[in-house]
Amino acid sequence: MARAAVLGRLTWQLGEVAEVIQETPRVASLVLQVPGWPGHFAGQHVDVRLTAEDGYQTQRSYSIASPPEDSRVILTVERLEDGEVSPYLVGEVRAGDKIELRGPIGGYFVWKAGDDRPVLLVAGGSGIVPLMAMIRHHSAASSAAKVRLLYSSRSIDDVIYRDELATLSAGGVGLQVFHTLTRSQPSGWEGYSRRLDGEMVAEVAWPRKDSPAVFICGPTAFVEAAGGQLLESGYDATWIKTERFGATGG
Amino acid sequence: MAFISRGFKGKRRDVTSSSRVPPGQHVVHDFPVLSAGPTPRLPLTDWTFSIVGEVDEPKSWTWDELRKLPSETITVDIHCVTKWSKLDTSWTGVSLDTLLEHVETAAEFAVAFSDGGYTTNLPIEDLTDGKAWIAFEYGGQPLDPEHGGPARLLVPHLYLWKSAKWVRGITLQNEDEPGFWESNGYNLRGDPWREQRYWGD
Repeated sequence: MARAAVLGRLTWQLGEVAEVIQETPRVASLVLQVPGWPGHFAGQHVDVRLTAEDGYQTQRSYSIASPPEDSRVILTVERLEDGEVSPYLVGEVRAGDKIELRGPIGGYFVWKAGDDRPVLLVAGGSGIVPLMAMIRHHSAASSAAKVRLLYSSRSIDDVIYRDELATLSAGGVGLQVFHTLTRSQPSGWEGYSRRLDGEMVAEVAWPRKDSPAVFICGPTAFVEAAGGQLLESGYDATWIKTERFGATGG
Repeated sequence: MAFISRGFKGKRRDVTSSSRVPPGQHVVHDFPVLSAGPTPRLPLTDWTFSIVGEVDEPKSWTWDELRKLPSETITVDIHCVTKWSKLDTSWTGVSLDTLLEHVETAAEFAVAFSDGGYTTNLPIEDLTDGKAWIAFEYGGQPLDPEHGGPARLLVPHLYLWKSAKWVRGITLQNEDEPGFWESNGYNLRGDPWREQRYWGD
């Protein structure tokens, strides 16, 4: 892969759905085999194009959840009830279907395992998806970088990749996971139980002197809050990369 | 187009507005926010807008000076490369024509630069003849910081990443030079009607 992943013309390709993994009640991962896939970096996304029988087409962007080491392309999609595309991808699509896509796209919101700086990942809801590609890359590449993830979900049932995150963080690969559940918590819950705030960020974030690499992904208000807190705590704006989504992904 | 997405119907299309929506785009009614880094906050007293580079004499305006220039309120459609379009958005700002009147230049290209380090490149042709503004109001209200306030470049006929948020000036150049997203896989020009999203489009 290497530089081929971001250079050159992006053409539409057909990927075949090998498997659909229901991650949470509203979120599913589509595991795609894409012949000739050029490879990608952790954090990049693809454009998906759907075509109806009458020729109508529409496109959306989705983050890649699989690491560069995985030859498959895994897209994790949250179903938005009033959306046009996500209820099709999460609900209609099944193994054997084909999906038209082009990518990988985006050369900025990416993390590469050669970067040994401590990493702070901050995820709101399905904002975890591109960060999961980084976490999987970190593990697959046996990176020496220390990684902390602060991950905000509504409830325990909405936590995407819950078991995999638990396994990776227990496996001594240098990943620490801090959950916060904003709406409801199971009994005996030991994580945070509120919306992300300054105190939480201060407790989880690496000290300023570590000059960490920061990736924040989530809804706009979440990203604004997290980025603002880190700037206030003395983080340099150039350490912080953000990716935001509104309620318009559809 | 030979490929059909099995079982995909799509939502009922709005026929009246489809002629205003470029290929691959869909209309939204809210105003999504996309930026590569945290939102910068700069006091207006420290704010300036500058035209530098290949000019006989660089020119700079303070916030108060810029606000005293003739401004225009325009209603335009905007198109983001992430596939959303928003129709009939209302902005108030100073036309780039008004600002460029104050400098002598033979340059053909510009790089807009912003607080936070963001840059984007444009041919001068795309900034002149009533096609670009330094906008400081959206919908009659001061522009929100997350949407680029206090002021952003507005070039509505190109994808919205060209409309640099938190803009602080433009550098005029004799040669085209890729800006931030243009160095990260996105098209040098970004014309939504020709669907120039990425390199090679």
